[in-house]
Amino acid sequence: MNRGTFGKVAVSGLVAFAASIVALVTGCSKEKAAASESVTTSITVNALPPETETFLRQQFLDDVKSFEAKNAGIKIDAREGKMDPRTFTTKLAGGQLEDVFYVYFTDPANLIAKKQVAEITPYLKDFPSVAQIRPELMKVFSAGGKVYGLPWTNYSMGLLYNRTLFTKAGLDPNNPPKTWPDVRTAAKKIAALGDGVVGYGDYSKSNTGGWHFTAEIYSIGGDVAVKDGETWKAAFNDDKGKQVLQQLKDMRWTDNAMGQRQFLEWADLLQMMASGKLGMYIATSDNIPVMVSQFKGNYDDYGLAPMPGGKATLAGGEGFMFNAKATPEKIKAGLKWLLFKYDNPERFDEQQKQEATAKRPVGLPEPALWVGDAAKKYTAAVTAYANLPAGNYAPFNAGSGGVQLKLEPPLAQQIYAVLDTAMAKVLTDQNADIGALLADAEKQANVILATVK
Amino acid sequence: MILSFQQVNFVSDPEWVGFANFSAIFHDPLFWTAWWNTVTFTGIALAFGYVVPFFLAVVVNEMRHFKGYFRVAVYLPVMLPPLVVVLLWQYFYDPGNGLFNTVLRGLHLPESQWTQSPRMAMLSLVLVSTWANMGTATIMYLAALQNIPGELYEAAEMEGANVWQRLWHVTIPHMRFILAVLLMLQIVATMQVFIEPFQLTGTTNPDTITVMVLIYRYAFTVNHDFGMAAAMSVLLFLVLGAFSVAYIRLVSREGMRA
Repeated sequence: MNRGTFGKVAVSGLVAFAASIVALVTGCSKEKAAASESVTTSITVNALPPETETFLRQQFLDDVKSFEAKNAGIKIDAREGKMDPRTFTTKLAGGQLEDVFYVYFTDPANLIAKKQVAEITPYLKDFPSVAQIRPELMKVFSAGGKVYGLPWTNYSMGLLYNRTLFTKAGLDPNNPPKTWPDVRTAAKKIAALGDGVVGYGDYSKSNTGGWHFTAEIYSIGGDVAVKDGETWKAAFNDDKGKQVLQQLKDMRWTDNAMGQRQFLEWADLLQMMASGKLGMYIATSDNIPVMVSQFKGNYDDYGLAPMPGGKATLAGGEGFMFNAKATPEKIKAGLKWLLFKYDNPERFDEQQKQEATAKRPVGLPEPALWVGDAAKKYTAAVTAYANLPAGNYAPFNAGSGGVQLKLEPPLAQQIYAVLDTAMAKVLTDQNADIGALLADAEKQANVILATVK
Repeated sequence: MILSFQQVNFVSDPEWVGFANFSAIFHDPLFWTAWWNTVTFTGIALAFGYVVPFFLAVVVNEMRHFKGYFRVAVYLPVMLPPLVVVLLWQYFYDPGNGLFNTVLRGLHLPESQWTQSPRMAMLSLVLVSTWANMGTATIMYLAALQNIPGELYEAAEMEGANVWQRLWHVTIPHMRFILAVLLMLQIVATMQVFIEPFQLTGTTNPDTITVMVLIYRYAFTVNHDFGMAAAMSVLLFLVLGAFSVAYIRLVSREGMRA
């Protein structure tokens, strides 16, 4: 290629590149024309289950039909997918973000701070049942007295353990570990079974490491971030933080009870426990049906206990928020949809019956989302259709009463990503310097927390 | 480029923030770590990925039989999707039941934690990258070797030159241009390493975090800040741009000579 030709190619390449960037930034957010005359408001929503989840998908589509029949003039355009931080900004920039979209409890603070969501406070007066949602969960979706979304599910962490391996290792499955030293002792005994069995498993990748570090430091009375006047500050670089990492380091290197394979992320521990290779890990109760449906596990094998340490437990959950560009009509229609499909005390009985009929799990232990009459209705519906070995969760139900529910820190996913490093180093480097790891993480976390409004 | 001087949330108008994004990345303790890791990776990857394909090409070129078979075998990994390669090696490296440790155990040799040990992590990533990418370089070297006239080797043999002398005095001088071109291309390619550290050691391990992984962290995991990611990308662009200019000069100079 001579210089002249190269120049032409380079120039045309640059033009094409610039054009593609402009297209990306400006997006292609052309509003679709109204689908038909009779529809006054059409809204896009996500969280439509994929085709692999036949029952849930059909249930969702049926709900869309009944909702549209009850609300003439509203059309639901349902899409698959939940919250993925990696694609969220791109969808937003390209005008592809749904009007009503799914979030985890870790997302709202960040989205509100960045003004990427719509406020819904003025519209809530038309929906009295919202008043029965637990106020501390509404706080997750609020800032400065304004509301930006609604919670749908709520869960808290406990110690998920393999009852079968407990029995094999000579431990009592009805008396699971209550403290972290108990966990360590049990992990050693389970790992001694050999054959690749791991006593205690933990995460260190894709933000799950920081998430578990947070749950573990809460459980011994520590904290990840605290409000200092008007600003937030990292609070994990202390004795409690060191204790969490030291316990993991001891179990990994001194006892050799955590297996050799690390850099694990969410599904890895479920898979290990479902295949009978893992004794314990900390998890929310919703892991149990996933192990059964996706990894061929068996309900009778799994028990759930309260968080070891018992000072507090990390509570998380899921909910929905609204596109910053959604019109008032779309927000109202979206709220109607959410309070029909997800947060609907009038349908608790019908929904639990549907689940039980489809042989899906009813009766997993979880913290309440509702207060007052709605809470009573919910408990009655679950009790009527419960189909799980409730005895396996007795330790959790009996011991969780005194455990404080603590929400995730602000900008949680970002803090978790920072804390992943400390978890990964402790589990993969025998000589990891815990003090230095926490000091580094604290520096980075404070930079992130400084942006919290 | 424009994004690196802005704060954007993709809802309201972008806000101009001057050099704030650059200042933020310079103050990030991971900034120099990522550059150092990238340079280290590039250095080790060149040592392997530059020398190994050359000798492979020479060996394949000298073969009397199965030349075609080896040409295909060497190029095969290039045809695999990069993520598939990395997932395959993830199984090789698994410290519990992975292929490598199973073999080492069988031979009663000490096992390694591979990607999960601070000492071996970077080298492990380089091995994956070399295996996956050396096919292209080998084929290019082979093509260059085919162009060296046979008479030169015959003459050298008559003079009593051994294999190494023939390689040093005949092969390498004739391949100087292709060696230089591939050196530039490989520097540009290896400095953009992403999939290997991303999949094998995650975006959180300071031992293997590279510039591209840090850009990903800025944009999608830790900071959710496209301005910082764009600022880091601009710096990488400038560094790679310098090598690209050197490459273009090299090619055009050779073109004029031809």
